Amino acid sequence: MEKNLEVLFQEKIDKEIRIEPKDWMPEKYRQTLIRQISQHAHSEIVGMLPEGNWITRAPNLRRKAILLAKVQDEAGHGLYLYSAAETLGISRDEMYEQLHSGKAKYSSIFNYPTLSWADMGAIGWLVDGAAIMNQVPLCRTSYGPYARAMVRVCKEESFHQRQGFEILLTLSRGNEAQRRMAQDAINRWWWPSIMMFGPKDDESPNTIQSMKWKIKRFTNDELRQKFVDICAEQIKILNLTIPDPDLKWNEERGHYDFGAINWDEFWQVIAGNGPCNKQRLDARKKAWEEGKWVRDAASAYAAKRAVRKEVKVA
Amino acid sequence: MKQYIKKYYYGDYGEGKNGAADISTSGSSKQEWPLWEVFIRSKQGLDHKHVGSLHAADAQMAIENARDVYTRRNEGISIWVVESKYIHASNPDEAEALYDPANDKAYRHPTFYDLPDELTHI
Repeated sequence: MEKNLEVLFQEKIDKEIRIEPKDWMPEKYRQTLIRQISQHAHSEIVGMLPEGNWITRAPNLRRKAILLAKVQDEAGHGLYLYSAAETLGISRDEMYEQLHSGKAKYSSIFNYPTLSWADMGAIGWLVDGAAIMNQVPLCRTSYGPYARAMVRVCKEESFHQRQGFEILLTLSRGNEAQRRMAQDAINRWWWPSIMMFGPKDDESPNTIQSMKWKIKRFTNDELRQKFVDICAEQIKILNLTIPDPDLKWNEERGHYDFGAINWDEFWQVIAGNGPCNKQRLDARKKAWEEGKWVRDAASAYAAKRAVRKEVKVA
Repeated sequence: MKQYIKKYYYGDYGEGKNGAADISTSGSSKQEWPLWEVFIRSKQGLDHKHVGSLHAADAQMAIENARDVYTRRNEGISIWVVESKYIHASNPDEAEALYDPANDKAYRHPTFYDLPDELTHI
């Protein structure tokens, strides 16, 4: 019987029929999705922190308003994704607990520090650019609530990347110090952004099953290559350089070749040893703990009002 | 009929009338605000459409949060929120039997009728 259901399930997937919360699904599919969607949600939430650092330091009111809107969007994206994950039977508090205890992962990129204003530009252009590259195919992922959440996310994400590029463009047309600042930010964010696509295909054990279930539509390496190709062209507009001496157009492949990725660094950051892992988690935990009285007060107030209403009705 | 969201212990304040008293004594930090389904009318003349869900302590907070989460770019002019536990849904396992009565009634569709091409405005 179980076997039969699994065959039927795969047939639905092959016919591009979306899976909805109450449909039968293999336990492994559910688990994979919970892991992927909650990691994604955590990444949006933790992703607010590196940029939050610069809201009060934005160079002018226009930039500040934009950065605030972007960070608010990220909170929203986290919320869309958390509720998509909840449809699979995990509670919000469980997910928070997994994040706070260090059990759940989030994107390694957010464990790097934001040292200058130009980092807001590099994050928008590269980090959000890489995220979009990952997220656009997820709009067609096989699980309905995840796909719908991603459609909303992608609609909103495009301004994030454009505002980032605009910051870099402005700096790149500025004075020498501003140009240096922009180049320095790109130097620091380039490799971590490339790593955002995850381990190489032959070292990514989840990819094959995820492709079969159409949770993922492209492999990590395919998306990474696409991203490198695009950035290698866009950097020309900035008149700056990508910090990779091996970056070169390969006529035969029709793609840019690029240098070796420092995977040791990637695994170190994933394992919790990045420059800001502790700081990020501490900030999340502090927000959760210090927000407790607000959550409790809201619940108490709601309960009190409900009682008052009941009394009135009676 | 099946409950759409099975877990409705989200805002478990204890039984009805105990209300706030229960909360302050229980002391548990494991109290999630209830889950709400959000429906948005994008413009006058269109239906409210389900857009997602969120947690909030009560209906008013759910509407305010829905505004921040789901209408940051003027996506709506009206918001409905319904606590998820009140949504009842058909069971996908019974879909075949449930929709079967409509399957053999092709004559309900205008294309069922084979009429001469000269016939217009019909």
